[in-house]
Amino acid sequence: MEHEAHNPALLHHFSDAQQQKNAASLGMWLFLVTEIMFFGGMFCAYLVYRVAHFNSFAAASQQLSIGMGAFNTAVLIVSSVTVVLAVKAAEAGKRKLLVGYLVVTVLLGMTFLVVKGFEYREKFERHHVPGPTFKFTDTFDDNGKQIPVNPKEAELFFSLYFAMTGMHALHMIIGCGLFSVLAIFAWKGHYSPGYFTPIENAGLYWHLVDIIWIYLFPLLYLISRHS
Amino acid sequence: MASTAVTANQAPKLNYLNNGHSLKSWLLTTDHKRIAILYLISVTTFFFLGGFFAMLIRLELLTPQGDLMQADTYNKVFTMHGMIMVFFFLIPVVPAVLGNFLVPLMIGAKDLAFPRINLLSWYLYVVGGLLISHVMLTGGVDTGWTFYSPFSTEYTNTKIVEAGLAAFVAGFSSIFTGLNFIVTIHRMRAPGLTWNRLPLFIWANYATSIIMILGTPVVAITIILVAVERLFHLGIFDPRLGGDPLLFQHLFWFYSHPAVYIMILPSMGVISELITCFSRKRVFGYNFIALSSIAIAVIGFLVWAHHMFVAGISLYAAMIFSFLTFFVGVPSAVKVFNWTATLYKGSITYATPMLYAFGFMGLFTIGGLTGLFLATLGIDVHVTDTYFVVAHFHYVMVGGVLMGYLGGMHFWWPKISGRMYPEGWAKLSALLVFVGFNLTFFPQFILGYVGMPRRYWQYPPEFQVLNVLSTAGSSVLAMGYLLPMIYFLWSLKYGPIAEANPWHAAGLEWKTTSPPPTFNFDETPVVTWEAYNYDEIPDKELEAPVVR
Amino acid sequence: MSGQVDALYIYLLLVAGIMTALIFISVTVLAIKYRRVAGREATQIEGSTILEIGWSIIPFFVMLTFFIWGAVIYFKERTPPADSTEVYVVAKQWMWKIEHMEGQREINELHVPVGQNVKLIMTSQDVIHSFFVPAFRIKQDVLPGRYTTLWFKATVPGRYHLFCAEYCGTMHSGMGGDIVVMEPQDYAQWMAGGATAPLQETGKELFAQLGCATCHRFDVQGRGPNLTAIYNKPVLLEDGRTVIADENYVRESILNPTAKIVSGFKPVMPTFQGIVTDEQLNALVAYVKSLAQPTPGSAGLQNQPAASPDQPQNMQVQ
Repeated sequence: MEHEAHNPALLHHFSDAQQQKNAASLGMWLFLVTEIMFFGGMFCAYLVYRVAHFNSFAAASQQLSIGMGAFNTAVLIVSSVTVVLAVKAAEAGKRKLLVGYLVVTVLLGMTFLVVKGFEYREKFERHHVPGPTFKFTDTFDDNGKQIPVNPKEAELFFSLYFAMTGMHALHMIIGCGLFSVLAIFAWKGHYSPGYFTPIENAGLYWHLVDIIWIYLFPLLYLISRHS
Repeated sequence: MASTAVTANQAPKLNYLNNGHSLKSWLLTTDHKRIAILYLISVTTFFFLGGFFAMLIRLELLTPQGDLMQADTYNKVFTMHGMIMVFFFLIPVVPAVLGNFLVPLMIGAKDLAFPRINLLSWYLYVVGGLLISHVMLTGGVDTGWTFYSPFSTEYTNTKIVEAGLAAFVAGFSSIFTGLNFIVTIHRMRAPGLTWNRLPLFIWANYATSIIMILGTPVVAITIILVAVERLFHLGIFDPRLGGDPLLFQHLFWFYSHPAVYIMILPSMGVISELITCFSRKRVFGYNFIALSSIAIAVIGFLVWAHHMFVAGISLYAAMIFSFLTFFVGVPSAVKVFNWTATLYKGSITYATPMLYAFGFMGLFTIGGLTGLFLATLGIDVHVTDTYFVVAHFHYVMVGGVLMGYLGGMHFWWPKISGRMYPEGWAKLSALLVFVGFNLTFFPQFILGYVGMPRRYWQYPPEFQVLNVLSTAGSSVLAMGYLLPMIYFLWSLKYGPIAEANPWHAAGLEWKTTSPPPTFNFDETPVVTWEAYNYDEIPDKELEAPVVR
Repeated sequence: MSGQVDALYIYLLLVAGIMTALIFISVTVLAIKYRRVAGREATQIEGSTILEIGWSIIPFFVMLTFFIWGAVIYFKERTPPADSTEVYVVAKQWMWKIEHMEGQREINELHVPVGQNVKLIMTSQDVIHSFFVPAFRIKQDVLPGRYTTLWFKATVPGRYHLFCAEYCGTMHSGMGGDIVVMEPQDYAQWMAGGATAPLQETGKELFAQLGCATCHRFDVQGRGPNLTAIYNKPVLLEDGRTVIADENYVRESILNPTAKIVSGFKPVMPTFQGIVTDEQLNALVAYVKSLAQPTPGSAGLQNQPAASPDQPQNMQVQ
């Protein structure tokens, strides 16, 4: 076994660095599959209820702030770009650039969370938070026709809204934490063109969280919106 | 054994067991073998806890009246029995104990792909276990392990959220184990070890791991939705608030049906190892057995609503799920036929592991066939939610999973501990388990067909005779489980020292010492032979495999 | 029907018994015949694709017979005959409340005449229960928030166990009772003993009391659809769907009116969730069903959209 020239990051139970990299990569992909199944359960519940209570869901959806949602979507897409650029910087061995992109990613993630915070606050003020304070008197604006809705069903929409976006936000927080740690390690020089697997794999995680939002946004915010 | 082999029979100087004695070296280990031992201890603890609750159930059911405990208490007892046995014993036992120990050894690797995540898996299990123990000590839950809504969300005042959290955490233990196995099997096989040279135990764990990572997250989110509904009265499953109780059942069973394949597949993998070794033969139809594991994993995801035939699903949905359920029976039947055919023209010995394998084949056949009864719509309407179902799943879970596990424990005990267990006592225990098991659970098929519903604290007097038979059998069964506890522990100090390959078995795990060194192999093996190459392994005496 | 279930069961027992015996005997015989003897080594046999395919396909076709027979029985079990006598069942923790159409109420007992098709229309007030009569080989979960149905025809007079078969809490095992099957004359006598009004009469009273008649008129076109002869007929909804106006539809329309608005009508009906009990709902549903034949006064009137804009509503709520 050659001990002389291997990267200190190589763990002893692997026979070589390539095996370790492949293992880490596959591991992360499998983890992402579990995340898809995890969110999938909630998407399934949402699907069932949206079909059953379309009018109420549409009415509730129309009360969400499409502006904030769209802005957040753009923020996340840009953050995925910075992640890709971070990986490329790592591959090219450009430490400062890598740290820069990692930090920008974290900042964009935090921007997302702050805007989300504003959204949640607005929900709270308008009594759209499910529970004893919930109140919903809006109607479903179907091309000008106002269709009244069952407030209980609207409450169900908001339950799913908070559950799904809340779970997503939790994953964003974890992602921001992860990237912050990576930024620190990158600053300290842990990564090189020969070893930047954590950046790649964390990038995969970030992309998945982004993709989940890309599904959430139209499903939750864009039911029956006409110009 | 020839005297020149004497030195090979002595316990190796440095192995994974004596490589560090401190508590820290155990609790912070990343050695998959030590983690398997940690799991062994915790899983066994929960097994006996769940078994204790089973004993209470059977004692209460000796008489038609509810006289041993109050109704609420009984409801908590069977719920805790179910939760503990399902989440803290059946799901982890074979993968986390035998799988963790053997998967790297069988593929010639030094460890699993992610040893620290492996340790994390164990800690998650322990945290889940502590949570459920706390729930038990502070009043228990009374919803049945299936915690159907709206009872669990609106009508019970027991600690559903905490119990749900315990299962949630244990679920992540399961997910990480599955993830670890898949990556390990894909990326860390020894040179020359192609997929079709893998032991069937590896194929079985691979299929199991697929189910673990795809199915467990769904029950995780179901638990979260139940908790959220309970805490914030949201109405996801409550019809008064626009929700649907049947949605809960669909989400729950989408995991919980594949979960039973998580339980049985690894055990089936063990049986393949035992039958081949104790017939000295390559398994009949290797490809079919390997692929049947994958088939069970995939088809197993398509049949969940067979738990809901009378729940209020549509007529046509019921027919589709009934049809698909028959499909999933075929690969299981194929395995049983293949194992039987493996015996043909073999050279068979009756060591304890083989006795467990025989027992498995008999009991799993009965359990699996009664599954067909339940898949048949017209029959299921009558027997669902009765003791027929209870008997069916105990036949496959206990008669199947547990027999496979015990067979495997006996088979690999010399490798794990470096000692042999006492064969006479072991054979007696196997017999007690087989007899006791049938006495306990066969009457329950009859009980179910004549109409006794499940989860009943009290019952009409005409059901008493069968209940008494069942309880009597359970006392025999309990003895069969206690004895191995005793003699395995005894063997650690007093058992004969085992050699590297006491059974003269095929498989890479037998090419290293018993117990193995921490990094498994002194040199990474290079595999040039097919699995179960018993034609190349000399057939030495097997009944008394150990010598000093 | 229970005879058919038993026949299927015996068939399955036979097949399973043969299969089990085959495996047990094979394993035993092979284990003994091929036990290890000095001098004979095991013969390595790779496998046999023909055998594998054979013992996959043949069992599958045998299983198909189970499936088909079972599905046929199930289909019959879930299709109540049109001439069934209807009985409403409300389950709650921990008792069964039965309401006959004639008005009789029972707790934990259901009296039925022998030889008569009986259809139970069931709902739960709280959690999921399950109506299980082992002697009839039938079972159906009873859900909150909707109706599920179960039908049977008793063939032998007697008392038969009724159990709850879906765990529902503390006294799940105490939520039992009897199905009392009587000769027709005894049943008629028993029926005569009850003094309450028939279910649809109660429903008719509620219909007036709760103000339903204000909008759902039978003489002129009101703000709501005319309910004469709507039961079990297709209904065109506002969003283009067509649904059948069965018990669940009627029930849902009372509790959640905006869910399925009839085409051409405005969504003005208030909800009665929390205002009517399950028993009152059953009575109202029974009443609407009884309107299956149009009354002489409203013959020929079609449902048309309301011509006049919304008028102030003065409902009489109890």
